[in-house]
Amino acid sequence: MGRITLDKVAKSFGEVEVIPPLDLTIEDGEFVVFVGPSGCGKSTLLRLIAGLEDVSAGEIRIDGKDATAVPPAKRGLAMVFQSYALYPHMSVRKNIAFPLRMAGLDAAEQERRVRAAADVLNLTDYLDRRPGQLSGGQRQRVAIGRAIVREPSAFLFDEPLSNLDAALRVGMRLEISELHNRLKTTMIYVTHDQVEAMTMADKIVVLRAGNIEQVGSPLELYRAPRNLFVAGFIGSPKMNLIGGDIAARHHATTIGIRPEHISVSPEAGEWHGTVGVSEHLGSDTFFHVACEGIPEPVTVRVGGEVSLHHGDAIWLTPDPDHLHRFDKDGLRVA
Amino acid sequence: MARAVSTRRKIITTAVAWAIGLVIFFPIFWTILTSFKTEAQAINNPPLFWGFDFTLENYAVVQERSDYMRFLWNSVIIAGGSTFLGILVAVPAAWSMAFVPSRRTKDILLWMLSTKMLPAVGVLYPISLIFVEFGLLDTRIGLTLVLMLINLPIIVWMLYTYFREIPIDILEAARMDGAGLRQEILYVLTPMAIPGIASTVLLNIILAWNEAFWTLNLTAASAPPLTAFIASYSSPEGLFYAKLSAASTMAIAPILILGWFSQKQLVRGLTFGAVK
Repeated sequence: MGRITLDKVAKSFGEVEVIPPLDLTIEDGEFVVFVGPSGCGKSTLLRLIAGLEDVSAGEIRIDGKDATAVPPAKRGLAMVFQSYALYPHMSVRKNIAFPLRMAGLDAAEQERRVRAAADVLNLTDYLDRRPGQLSGGQRQRVAIGRAIVREPSAFLFDEPLSNLDAALRVGMRLEISELHNRLKTTMIYVTHDQVEAMTMADKIVVLRAGNIEQVGSPLELYRAPRNLFVAGFIGSPKMNLIGGDIAARHHATTIGIRPEHISVSPEAGEWHGTVGVSEHLGSDTFFHVACEGIPEPVTVRVGGEVSLHHGDAIWLTPDPDHLHRFDKDGLRVA
Repeated sequence: MARAVSTRRKIITTAVAWAIGLVIFFPIFWTILTSFKTEAQAINNPPLFWGFDFTLENYAVVQERSDYMRFLWNSVIIAGGSTFLGILVAVPAAWSMAFVPSRRTKDILLWMLSTKMLPAVGVLYPISLIFVEFGLLDTRIGLTLVLMLINLPIIVWMLYTYFREIPIDILEAARMDGAGLRQEILYVLTPMAIPGIASTVLLNIILAWNEAFWTLNLTAASAPPLTAFIASYSSPEGLFYAKLSAASTMAIAPILILGWFSQKQLVRGLTFGAVK
């Protein structure tokens, strides 16, 4: 079981309020991602759940029981740190066995569980090595192994992939998702990378300055961002946000349109512009188009290879079904 | 980036370093040399660097007249014991200062260090009274306690510096893994800090071994360490330089050997934190 409830949880460091009172429920078995720009309080929130920081107010319940004052060791949660935080003086085997040793399991049971975890994580050949002799990806796997052996009620991941190179990151992302599918244990995952959030999460919590901006499934957030911040944060490349007369024509202060929801034509359309920078990815091409009456270049996604060149004149037409409208407070207008 | 160093500059710095090293080492060298001379040659003017009659007689006399082993044993117990006790107290203290600092931690550290600026003789009288009251005068346990206390600020400071270099993530990982405070310190912090603790132990043994104020003032017949052994050869029977030198050599030999074999560790320890 691993249902975690935050009830008016707040955190201040001295005079500075990092997290104003917030409520959040994480259901058993859910993969929840906390996402937001640096300094938004996502790591602090995770550390509050872990018990590594004390809450300034409010209550944290794990499986219905008040855990607010329970020390981290007794919360039954496992954590994977950005820095891996392996014990440098212990072999991989001892690292993974450490939580079992702390729990007082006998040696045979420790060994059995370490073997099982090492098997899953492809670490069997490295059990007698020290962390210093492993690559970044292997260290991360050891950190995950140390977390899974104790069968926690929830896993906490604090930007676990930030220190890995891009290729490895994609691989580990899949592995963690696989792990979640197999274990069905609650996972809370902190990242500043919205691609990680979109690809892994059952539920995304978007944070800004300690406030929860929106909670929802990746597609909910993609389809119906509740405000300008979420609209701009979720999706890659970013949603085009346009104000002024064009927005007023749609009865909004700002309108948003994603690059994939704009059609391109050489002859006719709603907005006229000239092609600036193009980014050819093979599968897609992104054009940055300077349009008349729109101060920022509009990003457009076109499937496959399209031969348009710098300076070509084109017409853009936003898909009205995918147009997002925001009022003067930046909130979504239905 | 490596800075270009000219050969001339290298030769000069090497020469200067050697010169300073030799000046510092000279008294020890002279003591050892004198211990192998006869009493007459020891006070010869001009001093004899060579050409004297090499003799071991001083060592034989010193050994005959006083029981070196008894002093040595006292030194071992007092230096070792005070270091052990000091580490026992300082590890948790440095842990809390390094990992759960309060607003006053820096002040406490400075205050602790400031006690080292107090002249020892200033508290001789109260400490002597306390020793008399508790029956600690001229006991090994008494000296162990005093030396532990006077060196504690240095031990705490050194350990604090080491602990600060240990990433707190690792300690937090231990907490998440179910380790209590005792287990965190015992299984995670201490093994990781072994190099630091080792140099702290070494330095503290040397300090305690050489400490002469308290060991001379608070001991008489039953607990005197090697410092008292040397002192016993200095004044009462006139100056016998050769024998005094032999006694000194015998007293410093163990610590000199310990220092020689652990110099790498010591240098690392003393410069730790200065360079990353």
